[in-house]
Order: sequence, then C-alpha cells, then structure tokens
Amino acid sequence: MRAGSDIVERPSPDRIREWLTEVTDPEIPVLTIEDLGILRDIRQEDDGVRVTITPTYSGCPAMMAIRMEIVRTLNARGIDRVRVDEVLSPAWTTDWLSERGREKLRAYGIAPPAGKAQGKSALFGEPDAVACPQCGSERTTRTSEFGSTACKAMYRCEDCLEPFDYFKCI
Amino acid sequence: MNKLEQQQFEYLLRLGDSDLILGQRLSAWLGHAPVLEEEMATGNVALDLVGQARSWLGLAGEIEGAGRDADRLAYFRDAFDYRNVLLAERPNGDYAYTIMRQFLYDAYHYPLLERLSASADERIREVAAKSLKEVQYHVRRSSEWVIRMGDGTRESHDRIQAALDDLWMYTGEMLTPDEVDQALLETGVAADLERVAGAWHERVREVTAEATLVIPDESWMQQGGKQGRHTEHLGYILAEMQFLPRAYPDARW
Ligand SMILES: [Zn+2]
Repeated sequence: MRAGSDIVERPSPDRIREWLTEVTDPEIPVLTIEDLGILRDIRQEDDGVRVTITPTYSGCPAMMAIRMEIVRTLNARGIDRVRVDEVLSPAWTTDWLSERGREKLRAYGIAPPAGKAQGKSALFGEPDAVACPQCGSERTTRTSEFGSTACKAMYRCEDCLEPFDYFKCI
Repeated sequence: MNKLEQQQFEYLLRLGDSDLILGQRLSAWLGHAPVLEEEMATGNVALDLVGQARSWLGLAGEIEGAGRDADRLAYFRDAFDYRNVLLAERPNGDYAYTIMRQFLYDAYHYPLLERLSASADERIREVAAKSLKEVQYHVRRSSEWVIRMGDGTRESHDRIQAALDDLWMYTGEMLTPDEVDQALLETGVAADLERVAGAWHERVREVTAEATLVIPDESWMQQGGKQGRHTEHLGYILAEMQFLPRAYPDARW
C-alpha cells in the first residue's frame, strides 16, 4: 500500500464513466457502452475499481471484447486494478438505448428500435412500423427475424429498395 | 450437497444441458443452411441457447460448490451425466426436421421460462427473465416456418409432417414431471410442468392447424434424457463438442 496515494489520485466514478465513453461495441462501433445502456455501475473499492455491465443477449460474443476494452482503457489511465462484473438483472432492454445512441444508429444505416420493448407483443404481433434509415419510408418488409448479430433483424425498404438492419426491441 | 441442493443441481443441469445440446446441434448448420437468412437465424438461435446454457450451468456449479464452472460442466462430463431432454439430441435431418424440432422445443421453452421468471429462487428468476426475451423471437420464427412449410408445397408439407410424426414421441418427457420436478415445484423453485404442458399443447394445436399438419395420435412416449439415459446420438455430439478442451485441457482464448 502506497501511503496516502489513494487520497490524492482516486478518480471519481463520474470521471471513470467519462473515460469509459471510449469503449464501444465491437459489432456496432458507433455505439459506446453508455449509448447501449449496458454500463450499469462504477464503484471505487478498497482493492480497485469495480465496473458492472449487463449483456444485451445471453450469448453476446461482444461481451468478452468489451470487458477487455474496459480493463485496457482504465489501465491506460493509470488504474491498475479493475474488476468487471456481469449482472443479468434487471435484464437489459432496448428501452435503455440512449436518444443519442438511436440517432447514431440511424446515421449508421441501422433502424433503431421502434416503440417499447414488451415481451408479449412481440410473440405473434407485428412490430410497430420500422422506418427505412436511408429514405425514412415506413413501407418496409421484414425479410428475416435474425440479422448479422443477435440484436438485429433484416428488413427491406419497398420505396428505395435498400435492404437494412433493424435493431429489434427486446 | 444435501438432498434439496442435489435436486436443484439436477434441475439446473436439465435446463442448461437441453439448451447446450440443442445449441450445439444448431451450430452444425453453419455453412450449410439452405438460405443466407436462415444461416444467420440458426446461428443466432444457437448463440442464444449456448449463452443461456452458460448461465444455467454456472448456477448449477455454484450450487454444487465443488469448483466446477460452466465450462467444466460442459466439457468434462460424459453422456450419462448429461440431463438434456432427448428432443435436443435428435439429429438435424433435413431442414424441415430441424425446424420442427426447434418449434416443439420453443413451444415448451417459452412457457417454461415464463413460469421460471416467477421462481422462488432469485437467481433462477434472473436467468429466466433474461432468456425469455430472447426465446420470444425463437418461437415466433419457428412457428412461422412450420406454417410456411406445412402450408407450402406438397414436398415441404410431406417433409415437415414426417418430422412431426418422427419427433412426437420425444415430446412427452419435457412435459411430464418426475420426482425432481415435483419436489422443486413444492418449494416454489421449479416450473409447474402441467401448466407448461397446457400452453405447449395450445400453441402446437394452433400452429399445426394453420400449417395444415396432423398431430399424431396419442402414443407411447420415450423418456430418459432427464435422468441421464440417452440415445446413441449424444456421445457423438459430445465427442465433437468436447474434443478440444479434452485434448488440450489448458487451452485458453
Ligand atoms: Zn428506403
């Protein structure tokens, strides 16, 4: 223990949160973990910093990369001891996607989730109208329930004919 | 482990192993699926199931308290220690067979997780609530495909009807409680399989009717997976899935 060093140097959780805005989702690199809403808690503890995140999907392969990136980012800022915990509850929902995140998705060519995530309604009902991120038309058709990653479905625009990804509600 | 912990451990293995084995089965379609969209869908469903399996097996390892984590349980148990339902280990067959197997499982999986989201055990509630969100998309997709194939061409109809006929006898054990299910139901931990069965029958009736398929007559049901008595297929699945960690036990990503 270096006497007194933690009194002077300990960065606040807000500061750490700011640093962690550099960490992005490797599968949708325009989104930071904060935009996604998966960064749940940051705590200064006696034995280092503890960051808590929640997975978007149970089998999301990006989680490992995100954990490593969190550790790397904080190490680079001089925080040697970083622990990343994963919690399942409350379960992540697309409702936590920030407004900024939704705008970034649209600009990136991915339609953001339409409406609220509601377990039951997705079962058989059709989702709300999904607007084409290219031309804004709501005349779109779902071509597959699953896209290039677990969080997306595939759509096609009937006006501009572009195929596009839709970040589906969960 | 005391008796109750032993039963919880068994129960969690059933949940985890069923997801894991079906996920492993599905992943064998990667590179072979009939169309690109299905390639991705199958891969994503497989990934969800393996992810869920990791949560269930992690929990099983915690309860066992012998230092086995999810990987240890997945890679270092033999067939007789596996507790997956037999349906999950059925071979992939043609695509109609894979889709029907998926539908019969999803139609059980969804109401099962719904009930487990209200389990007396908080850790089970958490995993179930998370998984349920994912499985709603699984059951929607497989239902749509059953309808599309059943009410499609004569060829697709015949194939998916044949799949339903062949798989039917493997559906009984998922819906029939045994001693472990019963004991844990009494403590509020497990799902009430009678109610799960009610929801399952309703969905299967609804979807097969729209798909113009005929549900097989009541017949003898094969049991055993939940107790560790498996078909010869499981050994081959494990041989492939476990090869690397068994040959190179210290291998790391
Ligand atoms: Zn368009």
